[in-house]
Amino acid sequence: MQKARSQMLGIGVYYVIAIVFAVIFAGPFIWMISSALKPASEIFANPPILISPNASLDNFSKVFEQAPFGQYMFNSFFVATTVTLAALLLHSMAGYALARLSFPGRQLIFVGILSTLMIPFYTILIPLALLVKQLGWINTYAALIVPAIPHAFGIFWLRQFFLGIPQDLEDAARIDGASRIGVFFRVALPLARPVLASLAVFFFLANWDAFLWPLVAANRPDMRMVQVGIQSFTGEHGNAWELIMAASVLAVLPTLALFFALQRFIIASVKMTGLKG
Amino acid sequence: MGWLDRLRKVNRDRLEQIVVGYLFLLPDVLGLLVFIVGPMLMSVYISLSNWKLVGQPHFIGLANYEAIIEDPLFGDSLGRTILYTIGYVPTVYCLSLGLAVLLTRRSRSSGFFRTIYFMPVAMSLVIAGVIWRYMLEPGHGLVDILLGSVGLPTPEWAGNVQSSMVSVMMVAIWKNAGYFMIILLAGIQDVPSDFIEAAQVDGANRWQAFRYIVMPLLKPISFFVIVILTIGSLQTFDQIYVMTRGGPAYSTYTLLMYIYEKAFREWDFGYSAAMSVALFAMVFILTLIQVRYFRSADERQ
Repeated sequence: MQKARSQMLGIGVYYVIAIVFAVIFAGPFIWMISSALKPASEIFANPPILISPNASLDNFSKVFEQAPFGQYMFNSFFVATTVTLAALLLHSMAGYALARLSFPGRQLIFVGILSTLMIPFYTILIPLALLVKQLGWINTYAALIVPAIPHAFGIFWLRQFFLGIPQDLEDAARIDGASRIGVFFRVALPLARPVLASLAVFFFLANWDAFLWPLVAANRPDMRMVQVGIQSFTGEHGNAWELIMAASVLAVLPTLALFFALQRFIIASVKMTGLKG
Repeated sequence: MGWLDRLRKVNRDRLEQIVVGYLFLLPDVLGLLVFIVGPMLMSVYISLSNWKLVGQPHFIGLANYEAIIEDPLFGDSLGRTILYTIGYVPTVYCLSLGLAVLLTRRSRSSGFFRTIYFMPVAMSLVIAGVIWRYMLEPGHGLVDILLGSVGLPTPEWAGNVQSSMVSVMMVAIWKNAGYFMIILLAGIQDVPSDFIEAAQVDGANRWQAFRYIVMPLLKPISFFVIVILTIGSLQTFDQIYVMTRGGPAYSTYTLLMYIYEKAFREWDFGYSAAMSVALFAMVFILTLIQVRYFRSADERQ
């Protein structure tokens, strides 16, 4: 009896704490959506209006009228997708070479690649901006895409994965006459699918959310990526929070959709990048 | 097959591995050299030169570094960055550990709450900053209305020198707690349940089992989380840029804000590069100290 009561109490405490935090973490999302659907007059209404009787999608059409939000989103989508695909291919190749091929200097190259992980982005920001300017890339996709591709982290993870694939699988393909490149594309790469999926999520999110580099490299209105677009929209529309919230909904929708569709891979990628780091 | 044939085959394979190996590594290694290693060396060089937007850089030795040491704005920004780190790192660690413990037992509801807590990870720091700026509008924002309705005081949040730092910190805590919760949760769930059961058979209560069984086993992950949090917080930028631009009255002006503005508002590349190299050196040393500390703490056990 005593035990049952304390157990009930424990469950009650668990739910109270869990729900309080759920409100804290989900609240801003709900308030963002609620505000994006409201007319301006209800933005700071007291008491607050959660579900407006005057809800409409007007704010969204105004956002599209007042800023090239479609263009911002296309830019982000194009850049993030291209970087992700290129990074997955190049890092798989590099990781495979480091894990399964033997050639002189392999260990040295691996250590060299890993050591670039120590270099923080802010120390290379100025030279990178100057380099991109020198190449004539300011306000081009090249500036946003190419410097974002090389990343020791992805190489490292794919190397770790390729180290673990059984030798027999490779040998079988080689007896069938496959070349090393053939083994990579037909045996190793398909096996790496789960790792590639997790890394893809990681790269896509990192590039969709990127701010500092796009701010420096491409600030012409038609070349802005979505985070820079949101920032400048906020700057230009001061207190039009209903429009800013509508723009925020647009900017967060793709990653949120990705989040709910691929939660398993996202959590796997967090664990992968976190645990064994 | 004769031994000569076999030798030829082995040799051909060795050659193939060398050629394919270098070929596969070439694009990435080239990319890292051109876009990371090269700029890093270049940054050190720029930091030793006087280089404004116009004209050529000319070598001035350590003059930029000497100027930094005497620059009160540098010292203040560094101080604020450290303050931010001291507030941010323990808060995120404790909060995400607490949430992980809360959700340790697998059940349908814990899966649901895990998804909710993790949701802000899907949002960029820029958007999080924008939304929170809106909710924290002094006087009439949602947070102030809610606090006011239960009679709690309402600071001016990002608009006030006293509370601006807490406001920008709160946003990053809100955004990142779920991420570290997932990492710590995975670590806790990796602890074999017989360990905990054995301890409980020996009379340990739940708190003792957590304190003496789970926490020690969680140490490598905790260490990793704290190092990552520290490195990240020393380069905080995005939400500050959209919420306060370093204001009001420089109260949220962190070192990275200063580095950014020096380079891309004042176009003083030499000085900005010197600050970035100095910050890098400090972070590097701090990380080494942390690694040392955790390692020696490990050995003592």
